[in-house]
Amino acid sequence: MGIHRGHKARPLEWVAEKLIFAISLSAILMVFLIFLFVAREAWPIFTGSMNSAAIQPVLQASDTAKLKPEVLQSYLGLTKAGFTAMDRESIQALMEVRQAAMDELPASVRSDKDANLNTVSWKYLIQPHQWTGYDKPEYIWQPISTINKYNIIPLVIGSIKASLVALAFSVPLALGAAIYVSQLARPALKEWLKPAIEMLAGIPSVVVGSFAYIFLATVLQKFLGYESRLNALLAGVALGFAIIPVVFSIAEDALTSVPRAYTQAALALGASKWKAAWQIGLPAAIPGVFAAVVLGFGRAIGETMIVLLASGNASIVSWSVFDSTRTMTATIAAEMAEAVFGGNHYRILFLIGALLFVVTFFSNLAGDLIIHRLKAKMEGKV
Amino acid sequence: MTESSSISKKFASLPDAESSNREPKALIQAVDLSLYYGATRALKNISLSIREKLVTAFIGPSGCGKTTFLRCINRMNDLIDSVRTEGQIQIAGHDINAPDVDVIELRKRVGMVFQRSNPFPKAIYENIAYGLRLHGVRDRATIDETVEKSLRGAALWDEVKDRLDSSAMGLSGGQQQRLCIARTIAIRPEIILMDEPASALDPIATAKIEELILELKSQFTIVIVTHNMQQATRISDETAFFYLGELIEFAPTGKIFTNPSRKQTEDYVTGRFG
Repeated sequence: MGIHRGHKARPLEWVAEKLIFAISLSAILMVFLIFLFVAREAWPIFTGSMNSAAIQPVLQASDTAKLKPEVLQSYLGLTKAGFTAMDRESIQALMEVRQAAMDELPASVRSDKDANLNTVSWKYLIQPHQWTGYDKPEYIWQPISTINKYNIIPLVIGSIKASLVALAFSVPLALGAAIYVSQLARPALKEWLKPAIEMLAGIPSVVVGSFAYIFLATVLQKFLGYESRLNALLAGVALGFAIIPVVFSIAEDALTSVPRAYTQAALALGASKWKAAWQIGLPAAIPGVFAAVVLGFGRAIGETMIVLLASGNASIVSWSVFDSTRTMTATIAAEMAEAVFGGNHYRILFLIGALLFVVTFFSNLAGDLIIHRLKAKMEGKV
Repeated sequence: MTESSSISKKFASLPDAESSNREPKALIQAVDLSLYYGATRALKNISLSIREKLVTAFIGPSGCGKTTFLRCINRMNDLIDSVRTEGQIQIAGHDINAPDVDVIELRKRVGMVFQRSNPFPKAIYENIAYGLRLHGVRDRATIDETVEKSLRGAALWDEVKDRLDSSAMGLSGGQQQRLCIARTIAIRPEIILMDEPASALDPIATAKIEELILELKSQFTIVIVTHNMQQATRISDETAFFYLGELIEFAPTGKIFTNPSRKQTEDYVTGRFG
């Protein structure tokens, strides 16, 4: 008998291995497909083929017979199949409806200088604009209005603000707890403290959100005396509750996997337990701790229900944590159901979704690179 | 120099090298010491006295309690929850388990080198500076000076002087262990405990460590646990043989290996068991 290798020697193991490989591959494919879907829905915004101006050019209904089918189809915004399925009368009727809609535009809109602007072009999405009635250029998110304004800057700021507050609140707490549990606590205490903190992750975010909305909001307002009850601070603190277990769990693992020999060496040199944990254990676990923070940030910026309930949802540009704020995620959740399928608003919401995807992707990527650098530096490879 | 003088002042009261021609005094004394891990008794009524500026070797089969006893001397066993001791260990006449003893102060006087080299995952320089900073030395020039002195003391300076800022994890096993010794002597302890310091090293690195131990003997009292009988004969002045948690025999090394008084010792050193 000859020597068999690969699938010939152990066919069952070979099949199992390939199966597992296919499953893991499909997970990656799934993420990619979701991104593709989100990006496809937002694509017309990128190519600039959408026009959201309140005043649209009108083709006369009486000219219907003279117009080429392609022109008609794109003017009415129909698909090729939809267009060919329609008879002459229906098309004529549609043309009349379209013309009537434009004819009936109120004079106030007609005279508005902004009525001709394509507000879904990049210029108006990210740059401030002096809209009619405003005395200076402003960033405005007002997707349902006479003139729809889709500036995403207030939402981006809102998301960043809430996430940063959440990190500022939760990272010190989670890290402190992780250091305590991994380095200082007696084994008996550690045994119930660790699962207890991790159990926080099991609280549904809508419950955390409601708790913040009903109870925490009142308490914080009473102590800090600010004006708007629901604001970025409250949203951030509530988000913090959601990300504490994430940060804690990963940081604790990282700290626990630091070889005990390091802290033992420090103790033998005459360090107190606390100093050994803080000066030796923590620095040795820094790559893992950093990963925990990056993941916490990803979770914070992607979390929806808590911010929807606790942030106040006012899309204003302000870096003050005491102002109400509206995040990207909450905006998608609140508005997606009312947006016309395939319309301007709908596309913009998907654009925001794609943006979220990109932000988390790059924050994770950057985090990963930094972690590798830290690790290499520690191991003396740089 | 102000900070370093505060450290050296503490050691000024210690007998200096000149007095070592006199018969060495006992520095560490165990009096009827027993130790329990939970209900298991790991050390049974150990009494012995270790003399200063000598190398004392602990030998015995695995699990005989020699490392446990070593870790009693700087109270590293305190870190294990279930450990309980009876009896006393005295250093220069003071009970180190007395309530008024600061364990941090104790560990500063009693340094330790572990079985597996365990430098901190930091720069070589930082590895040594850490202990100094820990004990309040802040002056950069003093730290620089002590780092160099300690590395020279551990016969490592020439190999690392050009890369003090690179990570200690990039050193070889033997270099790492010498770095650990340098780190220990940097804070000028009186006693250095070594727990099989060469067991993970190749013969050349081991020879270097042994050479180093013989050099350090003039300044420090060294207690070393070893599984290597030849090593014990090469470097130690006195040897203690442990078996099943008991101290079987404690005598000058030459006597233990050539003319032991107990049968068990003879069986062990001649390789009949263990």
